[in-house]
Amino acid sequence: MTTKKASGAAPPVDKLATGITGFDALSHGGLTPGRTNLLIGGPGAGKTLFALQTVVNAARQREEAGIFVAFEEPVAQIMADAVGFNWNLAALVKHKLFFFEARLSPDDVHIGDFDLRGMLAMLEAKRQSMDARWIVFDGLDVLLRLLHDPLAEMREIYRIRDWLAHNHLNALITAKADSDLSLSVQQDGLQFMTDCVISLSRRLDQGVPLHRIQITKYRGSDFVAGEYPVSFGAQGLEVGGPESREIHHAASTERVSAGFERLDTLLGGGLFRGSSTLITGVPGTAKTTLTGKFAEAACLRGERTLFVSFDEGAEAIQRNLSSVGIALAPYVKSGLLRMYSGRTEAIGAEEHLLMIKALIREHQPRCMVIDPLSAIAKAGSLGTARAVANRLIYMVKDERVTVMVTSINEGDDSQNEATELQVSAIADSWIHLSYLIKGGERNRALTIIKSRGTWHSNQVRELLLDADGPSLADVYTAGGEVLMGALRWEKEREEQDHSLARRADFERKRAQLEVAEAETRVRITALQQELENQLAELKTLGTLNDARVVSSGDHQTELRRLRSADRAPRAREDAQADAITKPRAGSGASKQADKA
Amino acid sequence: MSKKTRTRHSKSVVVDDGKGGHISMCLYIAGNAPNSQLAVTNLAAMCQEFLVGRFELEVVDVLTTPLRALADGILVTPSLARIAPGPAVRIVGNLNDRNSVLHALGIT
Repeated sequence: MTTKKASGAAPPVDKLATGITGFDALSHGGLTPGRTNLLIGGPGAGKTLFALQTVVNAARQREEAGIFVAFEEPVAQIMADAVGFNWNLAALVKHKLFFFEARLSPDDVHIGDFDLRGMLAMLEAKRQSMDARWIVFDGLDVLLRLLHDPLAEMREIYRIRDWLAHNHLNALITAKADSDLSLSVQQDGLQFMTDCVISLSRRLDQGVPLHRIQITKYRGSDFVAGEYPVSFGAQGLEVGGPESREIHHAASTERVSAGFERLDTLLGGGLFRGSSTLITGVPGTAKTTLTGKFAEAACLRGERTLFVSFDEGAEAIQRNLSSVGIALAPYVKSGLLRMYSGRTEAIGAEEHLLMIKALIREHQPRCMVIDPLSAIAKAGSLGTARAVANRLIYMVKDERVTVMVTSINEGDDSQNEATELQVSAIADSWIHLSYLIKGGERNRALTIIKSRGTWHSNQVRELLLDADGPSLADVYTAGGEVLMGALRWEKEREEQDHSLARRADFERKRAQLEVAEAETRVRITALQQELENQLAELKTLGTLNDARVVSSGDHQTELRRLRSADRAPRAREDAQADAITKPRAGSGASKQADKA
Repeated sequence: MSKKTRTRHSKSVVVDDGKGGHISMCLYIAGNAPNSQLAVTNLAAMCQEFLVGRFELEVVDVLTTPLRALADGILVTPSLARIAPGPAVRIVGNLNDRNSVLHALGIT
């Protein structure tokens, strides 16, 4: 009765998270309780690991006990392989995990048909005794194949299905995918009996192993279709999954120094915290120096920093950087800076990713450098390296680490700014370094090609390296050409000379003008004097005239008074009327008076 | 020859005709499952024919004593184990080929 309920129509049930990074997102929450899941894939694809990791996580996170039935690998081998993961398997084995060695010995003699009834009875007893919720049949195909009979295989598959349903176990069955036709019956049967089929694959991509996972069937649940990359880290298997479809990195507005002030200015105030910066350039353009300066600046702020370099030893990098005034050694000594140098020939891009992940977990940096990121493309195909580079940058951003990566752009064209890894599209900032050859010199030029979310200078600057570290100089453009190095210096001198000459010229002109001004002022003073003289003269003349008119008027009034012809009041009016007509007479009189 | 201590859930058949060449065996079965019953029948017939009086056989039903079978390292049923003489021999299957079984047990 209860069996029917468990396997029948199930309304939305809370899924059981596998705890496998990325897979729970692919499967929209994990596995359905009480159901059977099939993990299918070739040798070394990670089936056993996926199954073991799921039961280990269930035991560690939810205290759910599990039974692991090992048909293929010896239990000791499985345990030994798991030591590398931080699962503390030994402690779990005591209480929560039971490993059942289910390998038929090669010495066993097979005579006639057999079945799994007895085995299932044993497992059921064990399940009850430890209240197990999970069971793994690892490598079930190995045992089924010993039946040498497709019909018997089907019979046992059905037996297992019924048994699982009866016991309400969350089951994981792993089986090798095989193109052999004789096994297709078995595979069909397994696929039919299971509610969820997960394919794992491992293929060689130009000599580098590439792991992929895909959910091919999931009854009663939707899931994310498609193949996703699988990698192996300290927790076990990880799916580089659908989380990259939607990007939700917290966008910080906090700025951190890109290394030195002038570069920060060019970037509109520095790099955003948690952003990624790509530095491209041919060998020798001081990419490492820039990253070293960035790392030093981070350490100066007291931030934990990780410096990953490839094919160049940490000691050599420290020595080389110290020649341009970048001191990393004290921070390495204090533990603030972790420097890691890897070799690139040996391992593929996926392994590099894991290694860097492990380093981030271990060191917990706030800033990091990968120099050069393009090194991961050395082994394996470019396509893989590109995918890994992208995942790496997303991963680092997920961790809110401010990262600076370098990439050598190869090929004949040194001006070519496209990067082999195509990281430029996802990097937040892109600084390009190049050589400009002019006047028998090679000079380093720095351009900021992009810097998301911020103003940035569009000018090419000359990157100078000296004992005080890198700095930037303005470049001169003359006749449409950028001048650097000695030519820039010459140009600077020339400009200086020009400016001196102009200054002298100006001074001379100024002196001349001052002289001219002084002369003018003198002239003005002289004229002013003349003017005043003339005015004074005019004034004098006016006074004399008035005196004459008045005296002649007085003279006539006096005459009338003497003749007694008029009364006194009228006399004034006459005087006034006379005054109008008299001036001529008066002036004549005054002339006469002058003559007189 | 002393009789073997019997487990509560197992059936033991001990026959000794005194002819020597003693064999001690244990057959693990799963109740009345067809293959298990076939194995019991096949083995009994062989013992009757070739081992009268010189064998000891314990039949363990895994369905009733699963943890015992687990401890014995049994995997599938039916399984026949030769305990003595050593070295241990294990035969998996319903024993439907008499000659092969006799050969494997060293009785010919």
